[in-house]
Amino acid sequence: MASLWEWANPRKFMAWTDKALPVIAIAAAVLFLAGLIWGFFFTPDDYRQGATVKIFYIHVPSAMIAINAWLMMLIASLIWLIRRHHVSALAAKAAAPVGMIMTLIALASGAIWGKPMWGTYWEWDPRLTSFLILFLFYVGYLALWEAIEDPDTAADLTSVLCLVGSVFALLSRYAVNFWNQGLHQGASLSLDKAENVADVFWYPALVALAGFVLLFLALVLLRTRTEIRARRLHAIEMRERVQG
Amino acid sequence: MMPDLGKYAGDVFAAYGITFVLLGGLIALSLLKSAKVKKRLKSAEERRKTNG
Repeated sequence: MASLWEWANPRKFMAWTDKALPVIAIAAAVLFLAGLIWGFFFTPDDYRQGATVKIFYIHVPSAMIAINAWLMMLIASLIWLIRRHHVSALAAKAAAPVGMIMTLIALASGAIWGKPMWGTYWEWDPRLTSFLILFLFYVGYLALWEAIEDPDTAADLTSVLCLVGSVFALLSRYAVNFWNQGLHQGASLSLDKAENVADVFWYPALVALAGFVLLFLALVLLRTRTEIRARRLHAIEMRERVQG
Repeated sequence: MMPDLGKYAGDVFAAYGITFVLLGGLIALSLLKSAKVKKRLKSAEERRKTNG
């Protein structure tokens, strides 16, 4: 059996993702649209939240991806720091803009949802605040990649920043458990069925979540492929410059 | 077909609108950057072959 690391060899990575990416992208589009259409058009209003419950189908999946994208970056960064595996550093870099946009969607949709439900767009609630800090970490992470010219140094420093930011990614997830205060409710989607929302909301939300996960995966693979090509292009251009 | 969103229609459409704009923008930028880098790499590799 081929070693797991072999699949992350740049040449092999480009070969398998060339075949897998279109399949993942189509599955992402189908599940994303199916989940949102099901949730938007074919579910009832909530007895307390009215029609605003439809925001649930974008807010919860985007928030879950926002946190887990950072955790994926953490794993990729650790692999870079320990094994010096270039594709893992580039995958972390590729995931950051996707995670940042998901965090922004979660913050914006949450604020819009908050106004009719809580009477305010924003409150310095533990989960909202830790999510805002997570967003700022994404911005800082991307700025650091752009600020450093040497790619290996940039990968080292951004990996360390990713380790530090992981505290806030975890806080974003568990803030409501740590501090039993604030406006934000507990988890809406859980493996524990008793904690979940009613099935009529839960099933379309699961389909939408699967769509968001596959969309994240497709975008990360596409962007990692671009980063690998950009790295190769940079190497050729540097060689040309040296040769005059 | 269109559900009656009542007084919350503006909030729901705003949330969905922002999501589609942000995700659409991210997908478009990712595809554009991919095409641009692919084209530049192809021409650089051809140059390398020609110049040895």
